[in-house]
Amino acid sequence: MIRRLTWFNATALTFGFTFLYLPIVLLIIYSFNESKLVTVWGGFSTKWYGELMRNEAMLDAAWVTLRVAVFSASIATALGTMAAIVLVRAGRFPSRTLFSGMVYAPLVMPEVITGLSLLLLFIAIGLDRGMLTIILAHTTFAMCYVAVVVSSRLVTFDQSLEEAAADLGASPLDTFFSVTLPIIAPAVVAGWLLAFTLSLDDLVIASFNTGPGATTLPIKIYSAVRLGVSPEINALSTILISIVTVGVITASLLQKRLVRRGYQVE
Amino acid sequence: MNEQSSTQKRNQQTVSGNSSTRFEKEGRTPIVEFRNVVKQFGEFTAVDDVSLKIWPGEFFALLGPSGCGKTTLLRMLAGFETPSSGEILLDGKNILPVPPNKRPVNMMFQSYALFPHLSVRDNIAFGLKRDGMTKENIEARTEEMLKLVRMENFAHRKPHQMSGGQRQRVALARALAKNPKLLLLDEPLGALDAKLREATQFELVNIQEKLGTTFIIVTHDQEEAMTVSTRIGVMNLGIVAQVDTPAGIYENPSSRFVADFIGDVNLLEGRIEGEAKGKHAEGNMLFAANGIETTFSARCPDQLEAGTTCWLAVRPEKIAISKEKDTKAVNQVSGVVDDIAYVGNLSTYHVRLANGRVIKAQEVNRRRVENREITWEDEVWLSFTEGAGLLLAE
Ligand SMILES: Nc1ncnc2c1ncn2[C@@H]1O[C@H](COP(=O)(O)OP(=O)(O)OP(=O)(O)O)[C@@H](O)[C@H]1O
Ligand SMILES: [Mg+2]
Repeated sequence: MIRRLTWFNATALTFGFTFLYLPIVLLIIYSFNESKLVTVWGGFSTKWYGELMRNEAMLDAAWVTLRVAVFSASIATALGTMAAIVLVRAGRFPSRTLFSGMVYAPLVMPEVITGLSLLLLFIAIGLDRGMLTIILAHTTFAMCYVAVVVSSRLVTFDQSLEEAAADLGASPLDTFFSVTLPIIAPAVVAGWLLAFTLSLDDLVIASFNTGPGATTLPIKIYSAVRLGVSPEINALSTILISIVTVGVITASLLQKRLVRRGYQVE
Repeated sequence: MNEQSSTQKRNQQTVSGNSSTRFEKEGRTPIVEFRNVVKQFGEFTAVDDVSLKIWPGEFFALLGPSGCGKTTLLRMLAGFETPSSGEILLDGKNILPVPPNKRPVNMMFQSYALFPHLSVRDNIAFGLKRDGMTKENIEARTEEMLKLVRMENFAHRKPHQMSGGQRQRVALARALAKNPKLLLLDEPLGALDAKLREATQFELVNIQEKLGTTFIIVTHDQEEAMTVSTRIGVMNLGIVAQVDTPAGIYENPSSRFVADFIGDVNLLEGRIEGEAKGKHAEGNMLFAANGIETTFSARCPDQLEAGTTCWLAVRPEKIAISKEKDTKAVNQVSGVVDDIAYVGNLSTYHVRLANGRVIKAQEVNRRRVENREITWEDEVWLSFTEGAGLLLAE
């Protein structure tokens, strides 16, 4: 059914999207501002992007962030996928509902609590805070998202495919790598991208678990802004927004392709 | 046409030769043997104490209503389910400890279960690659299989780019590729339309004859079971009700359920009056249907005592219908035509007897419908021979 856009719907849409995206659009526009004053338009320029490239501290932070995101996303994907498989496949075992609840709980857990509890854990086991702790912390909360994405794919997975593989002589491990994984790959990649972007823009959990020499970009931006917003930060944020946007769009396209290619059970 | 006559010929051979009993006598090892196999899902018994022997080279059909345990039986054979009790032997060896990937059995799944991320060729080669064959051998065998199911031109397609019939052929090729001793087919033709279904049935029979593989096919289509198989096992509520050749099942059903399930049958309740007399009536008993004066002479393999309650089973096509009383007929009863079902080549007359029961009598339409001499509400006589009826205790 195709409905026309009534003036009411159009207005609602306009207001909604303005509300959502006006701040971001402003930020992007001002990142091309010639003037040093954030609120005064001084003509178009890309000079702040150039400034940014010369800012050692910022680049360091970006490098740390990137490494943290890649490592934590990869570990979270492996763990999250395994968790999803167990939860969807393992049939009924005692307290299964409890387990699946516990995997999903961190999704709604306030970040402050996640961050704080991890911090306490790291102190308790005497792990020095630094990049490693941030990676571990990000892995912890991102793996829940991966588990959700992958298990939503697995529930529609036709298990007779795995039986067919076994029937043709494939061992369980062989079956996993040659049948299950290729088929759920789009969901796994989508999960990785989600974990990657989540790690990229996390401030709260990272600031709880950061240590010397492990300043991530969001932490750096936050502390820089406290000294005053510079157009350089705008430029950096614009770059970050682009990366995150590309990640999210790719993830959702992968999900779509999965449906379109008939990977779903008929 | 050719193919059709070949299957029929084969069926007749097995009827007369009855190779399975011969094998039994010769003390051969069955390729599959179920020994008192029980499968329970929680409280529910899906397969109830099944004992069954299947011989090498057979095309064995498992037939039965939905939910009677056919798939469960196959899945236990393939190794996807473990029996709650009992033994399953393959070539005389207990296979229960063997995991599915190590059993010399291949299965064609009801849903085909083709790997969506692999091409037709790779689907077929999947099992071969796990057999440690050389690359050349794998390629040669894959080509051979593609040719067998006539899918050479589709080798590069992915499963979602093919029709149901093509997928089904690929699934068959994939299951056959490893040259298994035993091929299990779970409703392989369920998704096909009638024409394609028939063509594929003959194709299956041809392939089976060419390769000599033992086939076990699950179906709930009795016509399909009759067409393709050498023997049929009729299942009901988890038990195997009867195992026999298609003709044996049709002509000598051992129970009311089997008689009713395979083909169309008239069942009349009554009791045994005593032994029948007559030239062709050896072993026959006299049967009195409840609420009718006349008695009928019918075969009685169960040797029921006089006075026992039982059922008379007669196939509609074995009942003749006419307007005049036949003076020579042994079994004869009158009634009124209630309804006539016309299906082109055949007409089925529904005749109401004095006791209110409706009997179906089937006639070939030699004349055009307009010239039919029997119509609604006519008083008619139904007759059948002494060999046509069968008395069943249960
Ligand atoms: N995993 C299971 N858990 C519980 N019950 C099951 C399971 N698998 C099968 N059953 C039950 O066992 C019975 C037999 O199932 P099965 O699949 O063997 O039937 P079938 O004869 O193949 O029927 P159909 O012709 O509909 O395919 C059914 O009543 C079904 O509900
Ligand atoms: Mg079934």
